[in-house]
Amino acid sequence: MSSAKSLNGGLYVDGVTVTFDGFRALNNLSLLVEPGELRAVIGPNGAGKTTMMDVITGKTRPDTGIVRFAARDLTKLDEAAIATLGIGRKFQKPTVFDALTVFENLELALKAPRGPLACLRWLLSGEARARIEATMEQIGLAARCQDLAGLLSHGQRQWLEIGMLLMQEPELLLVDEPVAGMTDHETEQTASLLRGIAGSRSVVVVEHDLEFVRALDCRVTVLHEGSVLSEGSITHVQADPRVIEVYLGR
Amino acid sequence: MNRRLALMLCVLALAAIPAFNALPADHPLHAPDFLVSVVGKWICYAILALAIDLAWGYAGILSLGHGAFFALGGYAIGMHLMRLIGPRGVYGHPVLPDFMVFLGYTELPWYWLGFDWFAFAFLMALFVPGLLALVVGWLAFRSRITGVYLSIITQAMTYALMLAFFRNDMGFGGNNGFTDFKELLGMPLNTSATRAVLFYASLVTLVLVFWGCAHLTQTKLGRVLTAIRDAESRTRFLGYNVTQHKLFVFVLSAMIAGLAGALYVPQVGIINPSEFSPGNSIEAVVWVAFGGRGTLVGAVLGAFSVNALKTWLTSVAPDLWLIVLGLLFVIVTLVLPKGLIGLLRRRGP
Repeated sequence: MSSAKSLNGGLYVDGVTVTFDGFRALNNLSLLVEPGELRAVIGPNGAGKTTMMDVITGKTRPDTGIVRFAARDLTKLDEAAIATLGIGRKFQKPTVFDALTVFENLELALKAPRGPLACLRWLLSGEARARIEATMEQIGLAARCQDLAGLLSHGQRQWLEIGMLLMQEPELLLVDEPVAGMTDHETEQTASLLRGIAGSRSVVVVEHDLEFVRALDCRVTVLHEGSVLSEGSITHVQADPRVIEVYLGR
Repeated sequence: MNRRLALMLCVLALAAIPAFNALPADHPLHAPDFLVSVVGKWICYAILALAIDLAWGYAGILSLGHGAFFALGGYAIGMHLMRLIGPRGVYGHPVLPDFMVFLGYTELPWYWLGFDWFAFAFLMALFVPGLLALVVGWLAFRSRITGVYLSIITQAMTYALMLAFFRNDMGFGGNNGFTDFKELLGMPLNTSATRAVLFYASLVTLVLVFWGCAHLTQTKLGRVLTAIRDAESRTRFLGYNVTQHKLFVFVLSAMIAGLAGALYVPQVGIINPSEFSPGNSIEAVVWVAFGGRGTLVGAVLGAFSVNALKTWLTSVAPDLWLIVLGLLFVIVTLVLPKGLIGLLRRRGP
């Protein structure tokens, strides 16, 4: 059963090209993320990292190429359908509901009927409560359960947002620059949080911070001018002369 | 627990007013008639304030047209009161109200049919405001019109209705509206017993609406509304159909406003198009802002305190009222963003 589920979590991107007014944002990009894998994507500004996220989540349509997830062709689906399919995306800027508690934020994100009348009648079941509590434990906010989200630190807000994504039970998580603006300690905790999430779900992290990527301890893909420049362990890519030339530039 | 006790004491204090009015006139504790009718009016205003607070304070929909829903509820019950006059009008026509005879109507317009039944008129007092809110809300929320643009649209809505109701050929009494009511549900309107009944009906409604709103805001729907208020697009991104939720609360709020209007008109004995005037809607928003939006107690407190001030000030210095109202709004916006209730809570433990 777990293998059947994890089979669904694989992402397959092949030969994807996206052009904006003649500028090739993605150029014959190919990427394979195994089910349950944690993958870091790095690259200089303009390398196509965000465009890649946009293509996977249906925000941008590729000119050519194949994007498949759970044996479904994502290029034919819109954003909502892709989200329903189990792909969750965390944007750079965290948005949580400040006037609600940590618990209530997660409760709103929990998979449940979303209509006004369903919300009016909604009663928190023991199972739902257990899921929310488990997620709070996972994102390290169990102690802040009844605190308003507005009182959380920047790093904690990022975790809450990741937790809200988890409540929607995605099979693939796309996480855009999760540690921007975090303290070293928070960055470390975020790395272990994401490592913990991977395994049951696939996680793709886009990040600039190389220390953080090293802490993720996973396969790294380096993008440059819209295609894959190098791939492998962080030690491997950091030793790759092409990577040193275009990105690390030292 | 303490808060609940304080609320119950307030309700009891209000409930005592008609009882003291029933005492003999020379009794030292006798409450004058005007106190019953004026507080009865304020109770209706408090219900309207709750309606506005539900939409604005909780869901972030700042409607500057709630006076229109209030007036429509009032007109619905007013039509019933007009039908009850029967042949006792000045012209003595067996069916038509005086203004229709005066304007040369020969028969009752079709949209007056059914209003001789109280139950029908009462349902219309809820249904018509609800329907108007549904149409206006659907058009606005579907196009993602929010903030000040929505406020302007609702303000235009109440202004357009005012102009329409001023017209004689609308069949709603034009400029003069409806008045000279005789009785309601078999009770003659000009007795203190009827005044007491209407007073208690309004008070019970206020308590029920308060309780209902308190319950609603405690449900997950209440939290979704708060989420929409604070970050609408994020809520949409979580998979909530924001249009549906806003429409739900806007229609509910309009129906509560209609209910308040229906309780108001029999107590004041008149309804005319000036109830639709944009200033009325704005004034009602000031009550909520002054009392403290986003808290139900604040809305009620605002309605009572601003209206008490208005009643006092318009008797001692009528010219000052609009200036004071404007000042109130400025002061609340600048110094008391959470209103009176915010001030009380800051002072309190």
